[in-house]
Amino acid sequence: METRIQILAVVASGLLFLVVLELVRRRRLLERYALLWLLSAWVLLALAIWQGLLSDLAKAIGVIYPPNALFLIAFGFVLLLLLHFSLAVSRLTDQTKVLAQRLALLEERESRGVPEDRAEQEREEAIELVAHSPRSK
Amino acid sequence: MSPRPSYLVIVPAYNEAGCVGDVVRSVRMNQPDFDLLVIDDGSTDGTAEVATAAGARVLRMPFNLGIGGAVQAGFVYALENNYDYMLQVDGDGQHLATEIPKLLRAMDENPSLDMVCGSRFLSAEHGYPAPISRRTGIHLFAFLLSRIIGHRVSDPTSGFRLYNRRGIALFARDYPHDYPEVEAVVMLHFHRLRMREVPVNMRPRGTGRSSIGSGKSFYYMVKVLLAIFIGLARRRPTPEPGDEAPVAAAHNI
Repeated sequence: METRIQILAVVASGLLFLVVLELVRRRRLLERYALLWLLSAWVLLALAIWQGLLSDLAKAIGVIYPPNALFLIAFGFVLLLLLHFSLAVSRLTDQTKVLAQRLALLEERESRGVPEDRAEQEREEAIELVAHSPRSK
Repeated sequence: MSPRPSYLVIVPAYNEAGCVGDVVRSVRMNQPDFDLLVIDDGSTDGTAEVATAAGARVLRMPFNLGIGGAVQAGFVYALENNYDYMLQVDGDGQHLATEIPKLLRAMDENPSLDMVCGSRFLSAEHGYPAPISRRTGIHLFAFLLSRIIGHRVSDPTSGFRLYNRRGIALFARDYPHDYPEVEAVVMLHFHRLRMREVPVNMRPRGTGRSSIGSGKSFYYMVKVLLAIFIGLARRRPTPEPGDEAPVAAAHNI
């Protein structure tokens, strides 16, 4: 591989790795979301440094110019990360919906002035009902 | 349990201040024994105040959740307050309170039903005016659903529905997000719950705007089709008690 592009690749993936670590250290990024980033940075760094591995890999998947294989792998990680975020967004959407519903139900109950013990009893009944709701086969 | 069944009427409304008052009054006049809950899905036009003034309880969503999330809150309310039946009447004045007895009668006549749905296309003099873009979608869904569940469904997007306890329990647990009525039919089928349609008359919309504008119809159609077909591929459409939560913090790649 050409030296210039190798240096660029090493610096870029090394920088990515450090930035992600620093963000986790400052508690700006949760470990849960950092893992995939760290993994991608590691793999890219390893491939950038270890030239033989990259050219072997490129040959194996039929890529003539090895740096292109590096970009292909990087692109794969980007897709994976995007999917990861779509999952996270879906989860948050669902959690937000449930929170909004609970809030609305609580506010309505409070505006009716339902005493706490009765509210508790209603909740227990509801849980009981869910436990006996229809099951699919 | 009380000897007489208890009924909850939910009226989901998003920016329907011009209509929701009449809907509430007409339901109260026709069915004075029923409890009435307006679900204000984050309206900005005073829908909640109009509904309260008309004498309804109001569930105020802190922001706009979309029809699925709003109606599901109604199911949770019905479940937690131990209602025997829940009836959905849309807040735009399309569904006529005078038609409610038709749904009640169908449920009474056949206690094995878990949901009764008012269909505007079964009634003799329907002539229901809907924009062509929406009608196409409705008929496509009607055709597909009829194939999937094995008996005829004529109006799968109708939200004029009566549910019993089993229906309430199912949908309190899981209710689709967008354009939920169509998917709900599939869910019922997979949970071995039974539904039937009865012919009702509906009125064209009053003021306010449908949650589905004609421009969005196509988008929703594709989305719901995706939901239906993916729903078919699920081994169990909804999580059962004791299963892993459908969305948990641990779920990630």
